[in-house]
Amino acid sequence: MDLSLSTETMGDRTIVRVGGEIDVYTAPKLREQLVELVNDGSFHLVVDMEGVDFLDSTGLGVLVGGLKRVRAHEGSLRLVCNQERILKIFRITGLTKVFPIHTSVEEAVAATD
Amino acid sequence: MATVELRFSALPEHVRTARLVAAAVARRAGVDEAVLDEVRLAVGEACTRAVGLHQLGGISAPVKVLLIEEEKQFSIEVGDEAPHAVPGDRAGAGDPDTEAEEDEMGLAVISGLVDDVEVSAGEHGGSIKMTWPTTPPPTILV
Repeated sequence: MDLSLSTETMGDRTIVRVGGEIDVYTAPKLREQLVELVNDGSFHLVVDMEGVDFLDSTGLGVLVGGLKRVRAHEGSLRLVCNQERILKIFRITGLTKVFPIHTSVEEAVAATD
Repeated sequence: MATVELRFSALPEHVRTARLVAAAVARRAGVDEAVLDEVRLAVGEACTRAVGLHQLGGISAPVKVLLIEEEKQFSIEVGDEAPHAVPGDRAGAGDPDTEAEEDEMGLAVISGLVDDVEVSAGEHGGSIKMTWPTTPPPTILV
């Protein structure tokens, strides 16, 4: 299982749909995608993780890197995730306090704070 | 004794293979199904860390994974051959914070997931040994 990525724009938000496994091998692709979006002026990102089967600390590092980049432009990075096994990794590392985590893309897009 | 031993070149693409093998052997050993996700993640973290250490140190030796089935427990030991700075020695690899941060994040995930973890490091390499309890196979009724 490789990593799949697709993007979609909703107003001033850019949705990044991620599928498959995010690990030390595939995380660089996600990093490139986030860097490219920020370089192209998309500063409000919603990363939809519903299709993610596996996430490790390398993936977390990429998401934190993305957050730092958008924040440098007063932007935001929100996550969409309902999978307990993925949420658990955010909890163990304390990153639930760093990322706003939503239950749906619609909710994340509507969120303002 | 090790029931399965895996050696792989220190390349990111092989970490997934190590995860799959470890999970398969753990299942066979009787590790609870509910814990297999944790086994997969923890071994992936340990292998990722070892691959990073080998690549950083330009070490061509493979990363070694021992999958050890014992009575009532299952252990995974991931060994690297990277020279680690011994405690108190600050003159080591002296490198970037980012490397150290990622290394720490991986270890944080492992220690958050696994109750029984032993991390050892010396000048000839290090290892992370993680142990999970196993449930004995159901008794066969005669």
